[in-house]
Amino acid sequence: MTDASGTSSGKTKWLNETGTAVLPAAGLDPAAEAGYSDHPPRMGFFTDTSVCIGCKACEVACKEWNSVPEDGLLLTGMSYDNTADLSATTWRHVAFIEQPRSDGNGDGADGLRWLMASNVCKHCTRAGCLDVCPTGALMRTEFGTVVVQDDICNGCGYCVSACPFGVIGRSETDGGAHKCTLCYDRIGDGLMPACAKACPTESIQFGPLDELRERAHQRVAGLHAAGQSQARLYGADPADGIGGAGSIFLLLDEPEVYGLPPDPVVTTHDLPRMWRHAAAAAVGLVGAALAACAGGRK
Amino acid sequence: MTAGHGQPNPGSSPGSSSPDARGRGARRRGSAGRGEKQLVPEAEFRSYYGRPVVKETVWGPDIPSYLFLGGLAGASSTLAAGAHLTRHPELARALKCGAAGAISLSMIALVHDLGRRTRFVNMLRVLKVTSPMSIGTWILSGYTPLALAAAAATVTRRLPRAGLAATIGAALLGPAVAAYTAVLLGDTAAPAWHEAHRELPFLFAGSAATAAGGLGMLAVRPGRAGQAIRFAVLGAAGEIAAKSLLLGRLGPAAEPYQTGRAGQLMDISEVLTAAGLAVAVLAGRTRIGAPLAGLTLMAASALTRFGVFEAGRASARDPKYTVVPQRERLQDR
Repeated sequence: MTDASGTSSGKTKWLNETGTAVLPAAGLDPAAEAGYSDHPPRMGFFTDTSVCIGCKACEVACKEWNSVPEDGLLLTGMSYDNTADLSATTWRHVAFIEQPRSDGNGDGADGLRWLMASNVCKHCTRAGCLDVCPTGALMRTEFGTVVVQDDICNGCGYCVSACPFGVIGRSETDGGAHKCTLCYDRIGDGLMPACAKACPTESIQFGPLDELRERAHQRVAGLHAAGQSQARLYGADPADGIGGAGSIFLLLDEPEVYGLPPDPVVTTHDLPRMWRHAAAAAVGLVGAALAACAGGRK
Repeated sequence: MTAGHGQPNPGSSPGSSSPDARGRGARRRGSAGRGEKQLVPEAEFRSYYGRPVVKETVWGPDIPSYLFLGGLAGASSTLAAGAHLTRHPELARALKCGAAGAISLSMIALVHDLGRRTRFVNMLRVLKVTSPMSIGTWILSGYTPLALAAAAATVTRRLPRAGLAATIGAALLGPAVAAYTAVLLGDTAAPAWHEAHRELPFLFAGSAATAAGGLGMLAVRPGRAGQAIRFAVLGAAGEIAAKSLLLGRLGPAAEPYQTGRAGQLMDISEVLTAAGLAVAVLAGRTRIGAPLAGLTLMAASALTRFGVFEAGRASARDPKYTVVPQRERLQDR
């Protein structure tokens, strides 16, 4: 029925690094749900935008390591952002937002504050792209991340429309869907993803998701104590509409300011109801045919 | 004005969103005509330079064409079986042949739309209940051979029993072909498609019956299309009811169906549906009236599909449709 494509639900015990069996918190172990019986801890990103300096080293390192074709060579007029958004050829995207100071949190003498944030695939616990992929090309890895198997993808483009974050794109050159792999080829060898490795300020942190989430909560508490009242976490709540993200963010304004949806919900959340309504409509169609043929003489 | 306040930055889009489309579409609302539906005050939301949050579909015109052709095929098969069993062979034959032709064109459109066409067969690697496209692939895999066999049997007049079995099989799977495409669109992040997931199956099933009834009127001699006329009337009634429910319930997400290119397509479709119905009922048994009504209703069905398709695209392009409902949801929580 399914291969490693993530829809089977084998309940298995989960071992941490020291080999102790621990029960995963509800909804937090997508690798086990995908059928991995013995797997490493769920890995992810914590992108702390409060220390991002907008150097775009992450964008460059990602392209270099993953051999992603160039783009973003146009001038968009959007501050220093010429990459515009995540796509098949942009797997890390640095957003630049210039705002008038309104709350005393500005950091420039010119009355502006400058927000920078490196966006990336969320590697959702409930991943819409993976759910809707008809070929099984999108799969859940043992690290709980979501990757496209390029040799299977037939370019149907369904994942592009299903992602609530607009992350994944279809390449115009090779016709396939592409997105961040959380450097699957690197982390399997114990290396850090290229973007995290290149980040000079540790705005991008990589590690076991549990640790990152704890660190993120500490960081946001520290910022609040320091008077940065707008600091908030994004994607760190396992009770949200995607079951929590595998890459979490610390933001200094509302998510939509960074181009992120404020309350994303995996689109397959409503799928059972959709099928019920479609079944009723199909029955109605049969009924209409029966009525049309039964009534009247001709 | 600075970033982050929902102001589209002129000339800021190397991507998909053209400033022109924004200006014509959801942005401009007056007191005249449909503009009364204003539920969200302008510029009350924030965005990243007015750029989309979700991605617009990469599907081309192949897909709305398939929505029409697949619906036409599925509903035709169902009506064909009814005509066959009630001994209306002329209508049954026309509908079976129409279904076979429409589903063949559908297959071409579906493969043509793929980014990697030679890998279309990868659709058959898995069966995933979470993927409407996977379920649809398997429905089509069952339906298509049956529809082709039913048509072949009726044209060659051979193997009547096998032909009857194929006719009934196609009639039972046909409605699934016609209705699942609504789930295909509903199960996306495009706000106008996702928010419409309750009504869209009924809209599509109704539209499919309208088209199939139209095909029947077009293809048989006047006076033999009574069943097709009744089927089209029932389908159009369902379509109109589903559409008005959709527009009434959706709130702000209904706007993409009423403005811009999608709004034009939906409006023309509505006029054609009404005109086609009137001609079918009043003059559906005349030599000129029957094919005229049939063509008009088929065109109406096709325009409905293109309209729904365009509405989804427009709703993905404008961050308003993504951000505002989500922000309201958070505030209500």
